[in-house]
Amino acid sequence: MGAFLEVLLGGLLTGVLYSLVALGFVLIFKASGVFNFAQGAMVLFAALAMARLQEWMAPTLGWVAFPIALALSALIMMALAFAIERLVLRQLINQEGIILFMATIGITFFLDGFGQTIWGSDIYKIDLFLSKDPIFLFEDVFPGGLLVDPYELMAAVIAGILVAVLAVFFQKTRIGRALRAVADDHQAAQSVGIPLNYIWLIVWTVAGLVALVAGMMWGAKLGVQFSIALVALKALPVLILGGFTSVPGAIIGGLIIGAGEKLAEVYVGSMFGGGIENWFAYVLALAFLLFRPQGLFGERIIERV
Amino acid sequence: MLYRETGQFKTTYESDQRIFRIVHDRWIILAILAAALGVVPFVATPYLYTEILIPFLILSLAAVGLNILVGYCGQVSLGTGAFMAVGAYAAYNLWLRVPEINNLIVVFLFGGLMAAAVGIVFGLPSLRIKGFYLAVATLAAQFFLDWVFARVGWFTNYTASGSVAVGDLSVFGMPIATPEQRYFLILGMVIFLTIVALNLVRGQIGRTWMAIRDMDIAAEIIGIRPLLVKLSAFAVSSFMIGVAGAMWGFLRLGSWEPLAFDINRSFQILFMVIIGGLGSILGSFLGAAFIVLTPILLNQIPGWLGIPMSTALISHIEFMVFGAMIVFFLIVEPHGLARMWAVFKEKLRLWPFPY
Repeated sequence: MGAFLEVLLGGLLTGVLYSLVALGFVLIFKASGVFNFAQGAMVLFAALAMARLQEWMAPTLGWVAFPIALALSALIMMALAFAIERLVLRQLINQEGIILFMATIGITFFLDGFGQTIWGSDIYKIDLFLSKDPIFLFEDVFPGGLLVDPYELMAAVIAGILVAVLAVFFQKTRIGRALRAVADDHQAAQSVGIPLNYIWLIVWTVAGLVALVAGMMWGAKLGVQFSIALVALKALPVLILGGFTSVPGAIIGGLIIGAGEKLAEVYVGSMFGGGIENWFAYVLALAFLLFRPQGLFGERIIERV
Repeated sequence: MLYRETGQFKTTYESDQRIFRIVHDRWIILAILAAALGVVPFVATPYLYTEILIPFLILSLAAVGLNILVGYCGQVSLGTGAFMAVGAYAAYNLWLRVPEINNLIVVFLFGGLMAAAVGIVFGLPSLRIKGFYLAVATLAAQFFLDWVFARVGWFTNYTASGSVAVGDLSVFGMPIATPEQRYFLILGMVIFLTIVALNLVRGQIGRTWMAIRDMDIAAEIIGIRPLLVKLSAFAVSSFMIGVAGAMWGFLRLGSWEPLAFDINRSFQILFMVIIGGLGSILGSFLGAAFIVLTPILLNQIPGWLGIPMSTALISHIEFMVFGAMIVFFLIVEPHGLARMWAVFKEKLRLWPFPY
């Protein structure tokens, strides 16, 4: 029982990290209808910026380097969002979804190359000032307790805070209302005077900041290296499972995928020689889709001739 | 003056329905074929064959296959690399286990048929899910098949590293060893399958594909069965992709491992289709030429400029420039190189008079 719960908890916590990446996808898809494949590259770029800035400043500034690096990375992600909006999206207004999707793959290539050109391509680390020792939870309930990685626990807490902040931002602020209006209907939003370009800029900035948070968490866990960009591929099944347009969907989808994947790897994977983690998430998501083609929480698809 | 249809009267049904209706188009195609068959063997070096012509032709075929699915039938697929792998490994196993059939054409067609079968299976979700949901669902095929070929030893004949190698190839008793022989075999296959594709997309089945692409519900209402149409598009597309994959393994690589057909291959082929032009066979070839040639050129530039750079830096900059070029192309001409060619032909019809 204890072992099962431990696997489950580990899976759920990893799932939270997937959710963080999927969240960026959802924000952009909701507001601009762009399927942003570059989210993974943005995560890598943000993590690289953060790691290198902290590394350069740490010897002289000590722990103060962390908030400064964080602020600078946030600024860099804003500049990036600005550049993407100006140079790419604005030029491609009114194009079909697949063209925009391809453009974001182009951005992915560019960012992967650009990030590694200016920041370097070794493995770097982000110091979050957490102890590496695992924490034991519920020691009085189970013999030996549950083994938990403090990074993952912290990621879960931060993801929770992030979702709460985003929810408030979307529901209570003026900009949030404008964002929801744009998500509902571009033309109607524009006709009541909401500037689309400005909204897209904000959305990409928010997605960039989410990418920064995700990059920090993944970077602290795995080390900042190219493979972080591949995490985006893990976020895609989360996305179709939860629905492209739903923020809670991204979170719950992430939890389902994370837990399902770990449990399958531990209890079923050994029968097939292991390594099923790579595709299990997709098959799980696919099975869900056959029953709900729009994902768990996606908007219902209504088709008319 | 150079290129126009004025005065070219179609007096028979046959002449009205041929693939290249304008006499200049036929000249251009004949000239290209003559160059490919007659001139290339005299001027080409092994480098030109193995690094440019062979990859270009094979990937063009894969792009034609993917274009049938994405461009004509409107089903976005990101599993191309996996279907190429199915073709390559199916062909490998037939070649290995049935040595009596030492005929590459049969081997390649078998690879294509197996890929078509797998394509139909992974095409089934398309009946229920659409758009980007489907695109992500096809990634399931990519990762699942990657895993199968890496883990199930039978497919790779239980080699320790998972890589397989072929040698001693022949077609109807003629050996296929030199780059030139390989080139001619590939050229023959590509020409044949391209003609098949051209005829399919302008016939009844191609029209039903396009009806489904334009609006599947409306197509269903006028009596087109989505089951048959979507699955036939998956089958035909996967067949061509499978043949391309088998040729890529046998004639381009010679020995390969599952990594040769990973997700980057899928994206590469999809780029060819998008850059070339969705729904255009010509576009598939133009896109393939662009995607094959660009990295080779980018690789040469630092050498020409005489700037010493580390290989890692060069590859990163290559990525950057490649990504930027793709974005640039999409902005300049979202409908691809085929549209550029069409616009150019339009201009040529009026030239040198303004109207």
